[in-house]
Parts: sequence; structure tokens; C-alpha cells
Amino acid sequence: MLVFVIRRSLQSVVVLVAMSVIVFVGVYAIGNPIDILINPQADQIDRERAIAALGLDRPLWEQYLTFLRGAVTGDLGRSFVHSTSALGLIVEKMPATLELAFSAMLIAIVLGIPLGLWAGLKPDALSGRTIMAGSILGFSLPTFWVGLMLIMVFSVMLGWLPSNGRGTTVDLFGVPLSLLTVDGLAHLALPAPNLALFNVALLIRLTRSGAREALLQDYVKFARAKGLSNRRVIGVHVLRNILIPVVTVIGLQFGALIAFAIVTESVFAWPGMGKLLIDSINLLDRPVIVAYLLVIVTLFIAINLAVDILYSALDPRVRLSEGGG
Amino acid sequence: MTPPLLTVEGLRTHFFTRAGVVKAVDDVSFTLARGEVMGLVGESGSGKSITGYSIMGLVDPPGRVVAGSIRLDGRELTTLDPESMRKLRGNRVAMIFQDPMMTLNPVLRIDRQMTEAILAHDDVGERVALGRARDALERVGIPSPDERLKAWPHQFSGGMRQRVAIAIALLNEPDLIIADEPTTALDVTIQGQILHEVQKLARETGTALVWITHDLSVVAGLADRVCVMYAGRIVEQGTTAQVLDTPAHPYTQGLLDSVPSRNARGARLKQIPGMTPSLIGLAPGCAFRERCARADADCAETPAMSVDGNDPGRGVRCHHPIVPWTQPPR
Repeated sequence: MLVFVIRRSLQSVVVLVAMSVIVFVGVYAIGNPIDILINPQADQIDRERAIAALGLDRPLWEQYLTFLRGAVTGDLGRSFVHSTSALGLIVEKMPATLELAFSAMLIAIVLGIPLGLWAGLKPDALSGRTIMAGSILGFSLPTFWVGLMLIMVFSVMLGWLPSNGRGTTVDLFGVPLSLLTVDGLAHLALPAPNLALFNVALLIRLTRSGAREALLQDYVKFARAKGLSNRRVIGVHVLRNILIPVVTVIGLQFGALIAFAIVTESVFAWPGMGKLLIDSINLLDRPVIVAYLLVIVTLFIAINLAVDILYSALDPRVRLSEGGG
Repeated sequence: MTPPLLTVEGLRTHFFTRAGVVKAVDDVSFTLARGEVMGLVGESGSGKSITGYSIMGLVDPPGRVVAGSIRLDGRELTTLDPESMRKLRGNRVAMIFQDPMMTLNPVLRIDRQMTEAILAHDDVGERVALGRARDALERVGIPSPDERLKAWPHQFSGGMRQRVAIAIALLNEPDLIIADEPTTALDVTIQGQILHEVQKLARETGTALVWITHDLSVVAGLADRVCVMYAGRIVEQGTTAQVLDTPAHPYTQGLLDSVPSRNARGARLKQIPGMTPSLIGLAPGCAFRERCARADADCAETPAMSVDGNDPGRGVRCHHPIVPWTQPPR
């Protein structure tokens, strides 16, 4: 187990380095940030000075080595635009995004798994078919459009819920959270379901097909032949087997929710990391873009590791050994 | 004479599919005494497994028991409410399945899969249940049962898994065990061991057995009586010696001929011509007539089970039985 974690961490370092190289070269190719940052009226001397101050007069490989030297000590550079630590900017915005992604995932799990199970148990009933039809909508409606419609209906027409911002936040261990105030929850009430929609549909489909497959297995018939109640057969024998793929997908999707919350954050003006990224890309603020992507990759790696460990707890056939990995 | 443990009368289990009604079990009747071992023999699709599921109340939709009666100890099972039926399952009637690789849930530990079968029926503590599970494992010949209780199914071999399944079936000391081809998926040496073991255990505990199989050699060594099924009907029944030594139905004869034997080494194996008929929209009449050398115009009419006048346990469903038949007194 320990060996597994160590080896996985070493692999992660390789991924992070490769990632940073790609982003560095990629952003370099897009354009010159100086053209955006500097007042067009500035003279050549001011321009030269600004370029030198940001270290952009150096060749790319040298800029990268400078970045790498800083990265080893945890310094991912300073934002070109805000002149503060890039990592600091991201960490400041992170709670908002994590909160949104976490709420969305919770909604997806609480709705998706029971509905999927129901649809799997009653594939021919009207209720089961309705759930499946609904899941197709969840899959195919674009997130931004649903977001706009939610704002139209609940904020503009009915005036029930606020359409933008986080509302009042409360600090918990120094981290500002909206989840703990009524006003904050009201502000979450639209963006969280909006972000959850796709995942609700995904979990419904996954759970349903898992349930339908598991119900045909001999171990389900054997469990019933033992005289177990229906509840125990479904709740223990079937669910335990479905959970294996579901947990994997939940893990991967949680990473994706954090990374791609951008659309929802833009629609609801949610002050999270996604909005920061969009702004940074518009301004070619390379340190922030690089830092953001490195943070996201690290999150993905951490989530995958957690999923692997959880997986071995759910499926006894998977053991995290030195050989298997 | 003591009343039989299990009486099945005119059982019909049909599957209502889009393609039509499949009469998987069509008028099956037999009785089973306490402690008796009955072999239920037939090809794949002859309805033998569905007969077993019908007794267990485990026929899945679109299947349904449409007619007939199943009485266990005088209690009618076909009209029993689901909760009473659940209390019976695994308690008075247990079942063992064909593929031991598939019957144990891969993600639950053995101790859990065993104790839940006890706790579903008896209001005992976890510790008592665990003790009983341990004893059951020991009884079916699993070495170091205490350790094995904490193992996962994938850590067992096929034969060992089937022993665990048998141990689970025996947990509540049922009156009847329905064994659905439990040795088919095992290799021959293990098959022999399991057969021996089950026979011994059934005798010790007085448990009656319905042993579903397509393998006549298994039946020969194990069963007291044999029922041969074809296309959803029992076509012949009798003691094992009667059915195997003097078969009356041409189908039974065909089955016996297709078993390789030492006496006819080098000779070409006989086989039954044709294939099992589709059970969808099966025409009335003897289902075997298309493949039968003795068939004639009479066979277009469904033969009734004709019981030997001298022996109520012996019967054949054929207009032209191979052996001379004493007609029952009218």
C-alpha cells in the first residue's frame, strides 16, 4: 500500500513537469502578453523595461528553468496583471469552486443513484421510463442554456433566488463558505443544480445499467434463495457491486466538475477559479494559467489516488500491491 | 404410509415473451418422500431448472406459475404471500446452483454471506450465527474453517466454492434441497467428492434432495428415483433401477444410448436424431414424436402419464412404450 502511494506520487511528478512544459510552450505560442499589458501609448524604453521586469526578454527555456526553480520551493511565479503570487490568487478563489463542485456532486449522488436504482429495478414501469427520458434531457441540454433558463425563471420571472455571486460567507478555519449561511445557500441553489445536471444523468444511467446487469447474476438469485429480504438483496448484494464503477466515475467526474465549472461560474458570476482562468487567458497572464493547470492536475491526481484506495476497499479482488499497481 | 414431503401436481410455468408463450413447464407432477433423493433428468431447456425455481418461488418475470399445486408438508406454496415464501426459502427449502463461480457474491466476505442466511430466519446473535456458519463449513469438509470464514470468494477454488454453497444450503437444516446441476461446472474428481459429500449429508440430516442434472451417470449413483423431462413434461418416472435398466420411453432409451460405455468401445455412439423443439407455440401431441422411431398417427394426441397398475411410482407418457405396460385398473 505504502509502496503504491509512493510510486504513484513519483509518477505524478513526471505528469506535472510534462504538463508545465506543454502549458509554457502553448501560452508562449498564443501571443505576447506585453501587447496586452502595456499601454499602447508607452514608448520603447518603457516597453523594454516592462519586458525585462517580467523576465520576458530571456529565451523560453531560461524562463522555464526560472519557473521550475521557483516551483520546487512552492513559488509558481507572480501574476503579470495583479503583481501578486499566482498560487495565492488561485488559493483565494479555490473555496468558492470547491464548494460549488462539492454541492453539485452531492446533488448528483443523492438524486442519481436512487433514481438509477429505481429505473434499473423497474425498467418497464412508467416511472422507470420517465426517469430515463429525463436523463436524456440532462445529458443533452447544454449547461449554459439551462443556467440561463434557471436565471430567467427563478430570478427574473419569479424573483425567488439571486442570480449571481456567493452571497454571505462565513469563515470556517479561515476558509470562507457560503454553505453555512441561508443567504449563501440561496446563492448556491441555482448554480449547484445547474452544474449537477449532467452528472445526475450520468449516475442515473450508470446505476441503472449496473443494476440491470447485477440483477441477472446468479449471486442475486442465490441471495434470494437464501430467503433474504428484497431490501437486503438490493441494498447489499446489488448495490455493493454497482458501487464499484460508480465510485470510479464519481471520482473522475468530481475532478471534471472542478476543472470545468467555468461555464456555470461564468453564467452565475460565481467568483471561483474558473472565472479567474478565463480572465487570465484573456490577458495572457501566463503564471496564473500555469499555476491553475498545475493545481487542477494535482487535484486530479489526488482524487484518482483516493478512488484507487476506495476501490480496493469496495472490491476485494483488487489489492494495491507492488506487483499489480 | 407417511404423507409425502413434497407434492407437485399439474404444475405449469409459462413465460410470456413477445415472441409468444413459452410453456417451460407444462403439467409436471411428482411426489417426494422425506429423505428421498430424486433425480430430475433432461436436456437444456427441458424445464427442469424452471421446475426447481417454481418450487422455490423464484421464477422471474415474464415467467409465472399459471396452474398446478406445490405442497410442502401439506402447505400450498403457489398461493403463499411473498413474506411467508421468503421465510420458507433458505429455511425449509434451500437451493444450490450450477456455477459456483457465480453464486457467491464477489464483494462480500464468506462469513457475511453465511451468517445473513441464518439471521434472515433465526433471531440469534451474530456470534451464534458465526459459530453455526463455522460448523457448517467444517461439515462440508473445508479445512481450517475459522480462517476460511474471513476469506473472500475469489480466494476459493471452484470445488471449494460449491462446498461453501452447499454449507449455506445446509445452514438452517432444510427439509428439502434443490440442487440445480451443482457438479456440472466442476471437474470429474471434484464432482465425485461433492456427490459423495452431499449424499452423506442428506442421509445424516434426513434432507430430501431434488437433483437436477443432464448426466445420467450422476443419477445412477445418487438418486432413489428418477424423473425424465422433455419439452416441459415428465415423460418417464420410476425408481433409478427401473428407469435406467428398463426404460419405457423412447426418449429415455435414446438418452441412455448416447452415453459412451465401455462395452461398445470403438462403436459409433448412437444419437437422438433432430433437435429439441422450440417451446414457443409447441403443437399439441407428443413433443418427441418428430424424433421418435416409434411414432405414428396416435402421437398427434398428447399422451397422458400412464401409471403402472402394479406400481404407482412407475409411469410413462407414451402411446407406444418400449417395455410391456400393465395398464392401470379402470
